[in-house]
Amino acid sequence: MIKVIVVGNGMVGYKFCEKFVSKQGHENYQITVFGEEPRRAYDRVHLSEYFAGKSAEDLSLSTSSWYEENNIILNTSELITDINREQKTIHTHLENTHEYDYLVLATGSAAFVPPIEGVDKEGVFVYRTIEDLDAIMAYAKKIKQNGATEAAVLGGGLLGLEAAKAVRDLGLNAHVVEFAPRLMPRQLDKGASDMLQSKIEELGIGIHLNKSTQYIAGEDAITGMMFEGDDLLKVDMLVISAGIKPRDELGRVCGLEVGVRGGVVVDNKMQTSDPNIFAIGEVALYNHMIYGLVAPGYEMADVAAEQIMNGDKTMREVIDMSTQLKLIGVEVASFGDPFIENDEVTAIVYENKFSGIYKRVNVTKDGKKLLGGILVGDASDYNGLFQIYSNGMALPPNPEDLILGARGGEASSFGSASDLPDTAVICSCENVTKGAICCSITDGTCETFGDVVKTTKATSGCGGCKPMVADLVKAAQKSIGKEIKESICEHFNHTRQELFDLVKINKYTNFYEVIDHHGNGDGCEVCKPLVASIFSSIYNDTANKHVTTQDTNDRYLANIQRNGTYSVVPRIAGGEITPEKLIVIGEVAKQFDLYTKITGAQRVDLFGASLNDLPEIWRILIENGFESGHAYGKSLRAVKSCVGNAWCRYGMDDSTTFAIELENRYRGIRSPHKLKGGVSACIRECAEARGKDFGVIAVEGGWNLYICGNGGANPKHAVLLAEQIDKETVFKYMDRFLMYYIRTAGPLIRTSTWLEKLEGGLDYLKEVIIHDRIGICETLEAEMEQLVGTFECEWKQVLEKPRLMKRFSHFVNSDEKDDNIEYIPLRDQKMPKAW
Amino acid sequence: MENILDKYKSVSINEVTTWFKAGNIKDFPSNRGGCIKYKDKQIAVFNFERRNEWYACQNACPHKMEMVLSRGMTGSADGVPKIACPMHKKTFSLVDGSNLNGDDFSIATYPVKVVDNEVFVGFLE
Repeated sequence: MIKVIVVGNGMVGYKFCEKFVSKQGHENYQITVFGEEPRRAYDRVHLSEYFAGKSAEDLSLSTSSWYEENNIILNTSELITDINREQKTIHTHLENTHEYDYLVLATGSAAFVPPIEGVDKEGVFVYRTIEDLDAIMAYAKKIKQNGATEAAVLGGGLLGLEAAKAVRDLGLNAHVVEFAPRLMPRQLDKGASDMLQSKIEELGIGIHLNKSTQYIAGEDAITGMMFEGDDLLKVDMLVISAGIKPRDELGRVCGLEVGVRGGVVVDNKMQTSDPNIFAIGEVALYNHMIYGLVAPGYEMADVAAEQIMNGDKTMREVIDMSTQLKLIGVEVASFGDPFIENDEVTAIVYENKFSGIYKRVNVTKDGKKLLGGILVGDASDYNGLFQIYSNGMALPPNPEDLILGARGGEASSFGSASDLPDTAVICSCENVTKGAICCSITDGTCETFGDVVKTTKATSGCGGCKPMVADLVKAAQKSIGKEIKESICEHFNHTRQELFDLVKINKYTNFYEVIDHHGNGDGCEVCKPLVASIFSSIYNDTANKHVTTQDTNDRYLANIQRNGTYSVVPRIAGGEITPEKLIVIGEVAKQFDLYTKITGAQRVDLFGASLNDLPEIWRILIENGFESGHAYGKSLRAVKSCVGNAWCRYGMDDSTTFAIELENRYRGIRSPHKLKGGVSACIRECAEARGKDFGVIAVEGGWNLYICGNGGANPKHAVLLAEQIDKETVFKYMDRFLMYYIRTAGPLIRTSTWLEKLEGGLDYLKEVIIHDRIGICETLEAEMEQLVGTFECEWKQVLEKPRLMKRFSHFVNSDEKDDNIEYIPLRDQKMPKAW
Repeated sequence: MENILDKYKSVSINEVTTWFKAGNIKDFPSNRGGCIKYKDKQIAVFNFERRNEWYACQNACPHKMEMVLSRGMTGSADGVPKIACPMHKKTFSLVDGSNLNGDDFSIATYPVKVVDNEVFVGFLE
């Protein structure tokens, strides 16, 4: 057995073990790990989550049995005090001596504490280990009880800002004190720092830049920080996070070569000046630099493991310091050389103080190469930009599109992850390439996203690459003809779209035909209404057909409410109603003792109608010119409008007429989910059209058509489909859009979710319904024309056919109404009594 | 007012003392429910034609006490015939009344027999 001793059980030391035991031939080696901390290696990158409620065990990188399972001896709470290089032994503080063939120093770093007078006072902490955090928490609790409110963090770098968040999470007012004139001076330029500062200050965290601390004030415990110029900041606690210093003591005592400012010198094999001793992570001085990021540390671990096992892997020459993270809720990313700007390189900067976004890319003057950049406030472009930078990919003709890509509703200016070369590193923490991710699927090793994470470890570091990995997994699954199916329920192993096509092709007209041919069992509350809705969408059958399989509201053509009574909503297209008709509604409400309320869709809802009364209520409404408002259906509800240029002095066009036309065109059409529309006569947008599934807004020279918005639990603004088009074109695009949605969306999927899931997104949708890329526009229009041309009011149908009225009776064997309903007064009306 | 549920206790076919004539089979639409009134009870009766079976249960959904189960949707889960309440889609086995969503309330079920096209529901009183 060859003996390998690892000194240090931090993230990089652990990674070394993990890499080592994953390599062939590791059985010939015995790994022994020494850690001075009392616990297994844990995730220091996410340390601040400990304050947010994660436990030490949550942060742990491995399970308690991992070391044993992999035949690794772990000694915690044991500190190495000496190395005897001649005898190749180490000595511990427990007076134990162990022999090694290879020694790996992964001792990491300690917090750098600047030599400021008074840093030894009570209430001054460093931010490094779980024990530090425990001490900080205990102290914060104590001083809060004494009425203290203020705490400072010394250091405005990455870790300092993390610490500030942690302090804030403890319920104290946090102040960040930085010596440099900007935050995160290693990663951000002035503009980016300013943006980050204003966002952090908005959260109530004080930022103090350009501050040189003279001494820590206070008797025994800290009471303040004195800056140069007699400037006192009163604080009751201080957390120092002003950088790191390598833990190179062991290297020094045994005479290894160390750097002037610390760190054990290593070559590109991670070998120190003694060939049997390796150093990795934050203790290693490589290329005259200490790398305080986890990604290079992990790579060093891999190189050292390879070297010990006689591999030939070496550390790359230039180490990438790109980072992407969320700091106190603000997205920040920096990649390549964030600052470079010279005769050959130009910086393109986009700054939006309104939305708090700062973006910078550094591009060669010939516009061909991306050398680095900074993102603050919105780092969603990071993955794409990083790939372009690290693979030297070609830039778009206008390099500013890299950061301004979102103009005119276009999606990102760089293609999808599938355009990247196989060698592109997707997960830089774990150094996983696109090729490795795709291969794991195509060669059958993995089936799902979860498998890929387990096998390749991609996304398990910072997690920033998750969306890209998910996309790649999907693309790879597709390339081998595998797709994850969203089947409807236990009775059908089909998607809604498949079922739609099956019904259409086979001309089925009955639920049981469909389930007997393509499903199993007796159906349920999920598939039955879904098939009924498909029948309606294809044949424009009203809900009076297939009564048995309609969802309850469609079955009774009304909305069931809390006590089992129903509410009634007649159509008031565009919200326009005559006084005469308003009076009719009022009289019906009075006659049947209904609670009335104006809805959000510019209509009137009448509540508390018993099942037996529904036909009579509708007889009166229909005689007076009303029709069903389909408020109970998964269908068009209403098209809301502002008053428009008929009355409004700002109106640019006639929004009310347009809304009525739209509502009357699409009324009654059944769809995967409810549909709402809006029309505004100017950009003041009083109709809130962009909060609807479709919205039309009058602009100079025509109408803008927006699609796929909604309110509800997860509000979404509708996105621009086409600009400055005439009414006729609006109808044309609307016909195509709605029909395409009806055909392809999953059950109970609103348009916004549908668009999100649509492969290719808005760009693809535009191709389909504006440019007719897949050649279906004519069909879509014809199908819509068929639906529009065959509209019938389903309540009118009921009243004309006594056979259809039979269902509006509570009892089969009695004409009585439900006797279980009681009301209590509500203001001047009534509401159901609660049970 | 939990007590409306107290009225409803499952009845098994061999303990029936009264077979109440609920109506003609024509009164009960196929594959869905109809509600009958028996004394002070509301009972939902299902003509599950697809399975050639009849079921009856309390009309009150024990979740929020509305008299609505007869207006629910019939179906099956792993072959067990069930009814889904129209209010919140709670589903119950029509065989033994047990809740199929993992909630801890269940419904009372009653035996049904059809003789010469007439539908009878069995009660203890």
